[in-house]
Amino acid sequence: MNLFRLFSRSQSAPAARERLQVLLAHERASAGDSDLVTKLRDEILLAIAKHMQIDSEKVSVKLERGLQVSTLVVDVEIPFDAARKAA
Amino acid sequence: MGKVIVVTSGKGGVGKTTSTAALGAALAQNGEKVVVVDFDVGLRNLDLVMGAERRVVYDLVNVIQGEAKLTQALIRDKRVETLYLLPASQTRDKDNLTPEGVEKVITALRNAFDWVICDSPAGIERGATLAMRHADVAIVVTNPEVSSVRDSDRIIGMLDSKTLKAENGEQMEKHLLLTRYDPARAERGDMLKVDDVLEILSIPLLGIIPESMDVLRASNVGAPVTLADGRSAPAMAYFDAARRLKGEILPVTIPGEKRGFFGKIFGRKAA
Repeated sequence: MNLFRLFSRSQSAPAARERLQVLLAHERASAGDSDLVTKLRDEILLAIAKHMQIDSEKVSVKLERGLQVSTLVVDVEIPFDAARKAA
Repeated sequence: MGKVIVVTSGKGGVGKTTSTAALGAALAQNGEKVVVVDFDVGLRNLDLVMGAERRVVYDLVNVIQGEAKLTQALIRDKRVETLYLLPASQTRDKDNLTPEGVEKVITALRNAFDWVICDSPAGIERGATLAMRHADVAIVVTNPEVSSVRDSDRIIGMLDSKTLKAENGEQMEKHLLLTRYDPARAERGDMLKVDDVLEILSIPLLGIIPESMDVLRASNVGAPVTLADGRSAPAMAYFDAARRLKGEILPVTIPGEKRGFFGKIFGRKAA
């Protein structure tokens, strides 16, 4: 069993390599402060804040940086009274 | 006119000081006139690795502030007579390094030595940027490990933008020195391989220094590893790297590739 594990344990270096490639692609692009996804995140939150008081606990921002595609998910919980106030 | 080299990495503990001492000594052992300069003001250690810690009287900051002459601050190595050390200050802080002062010292050293090797502090702040500012050549010391590779990438970006060469529109010559490499672990797939690191950082390879007890043993006794045990695997790798710095074209070998009986069986199966 032990011997089997020794051979079947998956290699970790390919993961290191891939993580670095994705990370550095983004870090190199944002070296001149041009990280589009980060900018979008800030501006979207700013736009929402204009219309309602953002409860930081009710906002979840998820960012997934990929090599080809990045996704930004902004999940804002809008309370009923806040929506009425804005209206 | 000598060449100014900066040994840098971003991340701490990857082997900048060890490599500065070993490359400096290796060049000097081949008759070149070399000075190794410690830029880590406040946390100097090159003196200790060189075995000169008890002979430090004046330091880089004293010279910059005009409290000592350069010739008074230089410490001549007791083993190799063409090897010198300019220590950093242990008591002052890095704000005492002024760009003008550093420039004056580097210019004077460049005129007196074949090689001026600057040991950069870790980080990306003042000490590190001043150490790289006047360099002709940069040696980026990297471990085959994710955080070190990331920081090296950052430092490469700074070498291409924050140095005198970059500001004059010239290209900074950069070399990768891969340290603490363990061929067996790389072969098993549990350590980034040489080619992985080269592909990610895309700068030419100066050498591969194997992970070895000899490096610690050398620093314990205060000798660059090329002087402590010139026939050890890391020493031979540093000697080769020094020859490449001088422009020789040598194939880069991965040190310690020899495998024993067990390595032959298991190393191959796992690969």
